[in-house]
Amino acid sequence: MDRLRFYLNDRLVEESGLSPTLTVLRYLRERAHLTGTKEGCAEGDCGACTVAVLEEDGKGGQALRAINSCLLLLPMVQGKRVYTVEALKEGGRYHVVQETLARELGSQCGYCTPGVAMALLEACHRKDLDEPWKLDAQMCGNLCRCTGYRPIRDAAARVAGLGPQDRFARALAETKPEPMELAYSAGPQRFFTPATLEALWEVLDAHPEARFVVGGTDLSLEVTKRFAEPPLLVSLEALRELRALEPRAGGHRVGATVWLTELEDYSRSACPPLERMIRYFGARQIKNRATVGGNLCTASPIGDLAPVLIALGAEAVVLSRGGERRMPLEDFFVDYRRTALKRGEILAFLDVPAQPSGARTIAYKVSKRRELDISSVSAGFRVVVDAAGKVAEARLAYGGMSARPARARRTEEGLVGQPWTEASVEAVLARLEEDFTPRTDHRGSAWYRAQVAKNLLRGFFQETLSEPSPRLQERHTATVQVR
Amino acid sequence: MVAIPSEIPSQPEARSPLHAPGLHESGLKHTSGEALYVDDLPAPPGLLVGHVIASPHAHARLVRRDARRALSLPGVHAVLFAQDIPGANDVSPVRGVHDEPLLATDEVHCIGQAVAFVVAESAALCRQAAALVELEYEVLPACLTIGEAIEKSLFIPHPFYPNPHVIRRGEPEAALIAAPVRIQGECMTGAQDHFYLETQVSQAVLEEDGAVRLWSSTQHPSEVQEKVAEVLGLGRHQVTVEVPRMGGGFGGKETQAAPFAALAALAAYATRRPVKVWLNRDQDMEQTGKRHPFWARYDAGFSEDGRLLALKADLVSDGGWSNDLSHAILDRALFHMDNTYFLPHVEVRGRVARTNQPSNTAFRGFGGPQGMYVVEEVINRAAERLALDPAEVRRRNYYREAPENQTHYGQAVEGNRIPRIHAELMTSSEYARRRAEIDQFNASSQWTKRGIAYQPVKFGISFTTSFLNQAGAFVVIYADGTVQLNHGGTEMGQGLHTKMRTVCAHELGVPVEHVRVMTTATDKVPNTSATAASSGSDLNGMAVKAACEVLRERMRPVAAKLLQVEGEPERVVFSAGKAFVPGLAQRTLSFEEVTRAAYAAQVSLSATGYYRTPDIGYDRMTGRGKPFHYYAFGGAVVEVEVSGLTGEHRVRRVDILHDVGSSLVPTIDKGQVEGGFIQGVGWLTCEEVLIDAKGRLLTHSPDTYKIPALGDAPEDFRVALLERAPQEDTIHGSKAVGEPPLMLAIGAVTALRHAIGAFGPPRTEVQLASPATPEAILRAVETARAPKR
Repeated sequence: MDRLRFYLNDRLVEESGLSPTLTVLRYLRERAHLTGTKEGCAEGDCGACTVAVLEEDGKGGQALRAINSCLLLLPMVQGKRVYTVEALKEGGRYHVVQETLARELGSQCGYCTPGVAMALLEACHRKDLDEPWKLDAQMCGNLCRCTGYRPIRDAAARVAGLGPQDRFARALAETKPEPMELAYSAGPQRFFTPATLEALWEVLDAHPEARFVVGGTDLSLEVTKRFAEPPLLVSLEALRELRALEPRAGGHRVGATVWLTELEDYSRSACPPLERMIRYFGARQIKNRATVGGNLCTASPIGDLAPVLIALGAEAVVLSRGGERRMPLEDFFVDYRRTALKRGEILAFLDVPAQPSGARTIAYKVSKRRELDISSVSAGFRVVVDAAGKVAEARLAYGGMSARPARARRTEEGLVGQPWTEASVEAVLARLEEDFTPRTDHRGSAWYRAQVAKNLLRGFFQETLSEPSPRLQERHTATVQVR
Repeated sequence: MVAIPSEIPSQPEARSPLHAPGLHESGLKHTSGEALYVDDLPAPPGLLVGHVIASPHAHARLVRRDARRALSLPGVHAVLFAQDIPGANDVSPVRGVHDEPLLATDEVHCIGQAVAFVVAESAALCRQAAALVELEYEVLPACLTIGEAIEKSLFIPHPFYPNPHVIRRGEPEAALIAAPVRIQGECMTGAQDHFYLETQVSQAVLEEDGAVRLWSSTQHPSEVQEKVAEVLGLGRHQVTVEVPRMGGGFGGKETQAAPFAALAALAAYATRRPVKVWLNRDQDMEQTGKRHPFWARYDAGFSEDGRLLALKADLVSDGGWSNDLSHAILDRALFHMDNTYFLPHVEVRGRVARTNQPSNTAFRGFGGPQGMYVVEEVINRAAERLALDPAEVRRRNYYREAPENQTHYGQAVEGNRIPRIHAELMTSSEYARRRAEIDQFNASSQWTKRGIAYQPVKFGISFTTSFLNQAGAFVVIYADGTVQLNHGGTEMGQGLHTKMRTVCAHELGVPVEHVRVMTTATDKVPNTSATAASSGSDLNGMAVKAACEVLRERMRPVAAKLLQVEGEPERVVFSAGKAFVPGLAQRTLSFEEVTRAAYAAQVSLSATGYYRTPDIGYDRMTGRGKPFHYYAFGGAVVEVEVSGLTGEHRVRRVDILHDVGSSLVPTIDKGQVEGGFIQGVGWLTCEEVLIDAKGRLLTHSPDTYKIPALGDAPEDFRVALLERAPQEDTIHGSKAVGEPPLMLAIGAVTALRHAIGAFGPPRTEVQLASPATPEAILRAVETARAPKR
């Protein structure tokens, strides 16, 4: 069996005997005595535990990425370089992000500050933070209860893209990738990270009960919140095949283990409706770990990617030792948190087809708080309007309205063949009540969900009058952008 | 000492750091992870971990407890129940009240109440052991809401005075009948979790003499000391409490740090080992109290031109299961029912409901925001009905010249800066022009509407329990001229240490870098009050000044002799690390030369300082008095945009002009204003505490409880401090700043109402619940749109 092996603040660390579900945060504070990194929530919702991880960027290079260490299990950093807030100061000199934060009075109580500093570190090594809203997106994963954020925003604006010649720049330039592959056990727990599909099938033959994990942003909550100790996890993170992200047949192939930050960048020009959903999918730290496949395989009724991918007509591509099978994504979700995957199968790709001409497409996410929140209602809409101005096809997919992400079939039927007008939209809205009986919970009442479901369709019509797939404005008031 | 490259201009040598921009004393330590919090302290050998077993029922009788199976697990050192407490099983914060047992005896009164305390070698082992502790309950009927409590007449009596607390002036009943316009209704404000980023934590270590030393994240180390001493049956001289710093407090660590500290101390006594108790986020949110929800019924009379003629209001707060500070919080709510407005005829009454919820507690504003919200709702409704600009209605009701400067409790509003703030802010924010533009925008926009509002705030400064207004300091100068500063206040991020260091450096005439602020400790400065009520700088600053003055006067003769002006010590000036006689510039001494000479001349270089606020007091029986040393003032103009499709909104721009007197450190005060405002916006918009039918908290982590995130801060945020506004009888003319700005956020509600009203016909009276979540706003929009029946 292998040992855990990674670099912590540039020093090689090798460990054995530690639980494979020990989080990096707990390891830092309790084993490495690096207490700068704080626990604020242990669920990726506050950012106080943010560290920087230097790892392969999926394009053959290395990237320095801000990540919540509270959701990061130790085997997930195998072969990678982990940096904590203690690594910022070099030779007794404070790093530019530290000086800037202090100068702007970006800390008051200071408990969120190490995490803020590490998110700023990623910001100062990013090259693409060229607009104010991107700074908000970079920093929204760090809750601060004291400052009201103005000084943190100002600090981010000052350091973004600076590209200092620091130890991180040197590491980015010099680091050679090391294998993530791992077969680890400690006590009754095991963790496998196979590097090839063949190796994966072998693990699955031996352990058909294995659970899959990639980013861990959902699964790790079982460890940090319910104190579970999953006996056997298989990480798909090292399987290069599943990292595909490319145009294909006029559409796109999206690998299941593509990080959401990668997909967000890719879709900005390639597939605007996807980008519109991913912007508020979660915080930067979460999107740096969360994957497309992970979001779909939890089969949560409020998983944000499902409605938009269903609207786009995506197909799920499922692999097993026996080969490949495909299905429309809406058929992938069979019930509350249940997918169509059988034992020995993995979700490998999403194939998004070429979009028909005359298509109008938008994705919406409505939540109590715009950033870093879970949907009350989400939606992906595509309506294809023919040359005569009539609706040729309607795909209206909703999240948060039923036990699984689902299409509003009755409403769709009511639209097809009708002229694409405000009156037609108003005429079918009542059908949404036949399609869905939403529930009341702490994210919203049944009344709110039903009302918003209708209003999103109203807004969709208004928004697509001038543009078939409008992008989000920089900073905006609401999910739906209509005057 | 670290030089920080800064855009903030460094001060010329000869000037003091006082009233000048400065950095946070711990800023760089925060950014590097070097700042130590209680949970970061190196573990003492043999450290054990404590874990609270909390009641799973809102109300139940505890019929059986058995820890034998848990105790048989290797590594489990103790499972403590009420009967294991050697002293008093009581952690009630108010003298003379004994309604809060540390560990439940035979009845539990809320979910989250501590029933037992497991002590083991790791948190995992604690959880394992806790599952093996057998506890049997007989479930009793529970009262979960204010409404239920009113129905069942369940109130927490005031320990010393009759209920309800009534403040009355004039003849409100007659004035209401005569009033041309009546506004009647009810409103609620919700709970708010403190959501300090650092959860509750304490560590206890035994010392010689049967003594115990604690490191606690608390705003009130003296009360932790007192409660630990009582629980263990010790003298307070055997208990030492240190506070390195807090990762946020906001009132949540004023009284509610003490139980966890007492449990740690109790466990250390029982096991003879060091013990730490640290709550994870879910435990913290489930086991501690929140901002008091308030229900109010009001009846107000206005003239046709919007003058408030009479107000009657009944307030009931949700105290939770025990007293805690609920009555003092209720008092402050009643004191702030006027906000900045003269109420000619008024009666306000208040009671505290007893519910089976965790005991609600102090939270920035301490009832003030809840009281103020009521009068602001009344004024908003009046303005909507009368089709007047709500800012103008507010202006017409401001306190005026005597006798119309008397509050309902009889204190004169002296130095009223509200008219000045109003005038300056209206101009600088271009309120009138923007309001006109917004009306135009709204006329042309179907689905999105904007709103703008002006919000004034007046907030009384002092603990309303008058004897608490005292503070101490202990300043130590070493022979090399460096200084250690101890004061009774605690640092929770608000910048108190930064301000105290500035005052100390100013008084002694040394650079701030030569002054080190020590961790707050009960063996350095005894018998302190909580760092609360915005009073930290006011009280401790005066005490620091007093101590420094003693030391300076002792050093003067020494310096005078060295400067060859012996016998004329008053001519010596201490400034910027030097001592000199103005006009005799050829000879200057370094501060170090003076301190070395003082030491050699056998002069004591340590001194204490003490301060108490003069001339305040309040008679609750008559509802009259002067509870406050002075008032702090502020104003905000808030602009919002609302979606009529989803109920989402965005704060587009905020202009604040706030009165902090002559700011001790303006950069620190600006941070308090900005942060307080956003925290208030959170309370009033996105932060929603929800329970289920059994009283279980549904929002016990940031997954479901949403404090403002970065994108919720206004993109255009302009904060200014009122200039040329020194305050009399305060530390260097400054004013308190911690709490008042939070209430400026009520302006966001008024702005939302403006936008929501624009979805309806003219004179729409908006029905907006608090907090104004997207759902609450969408409901209000739908109601505004619905044709009147």
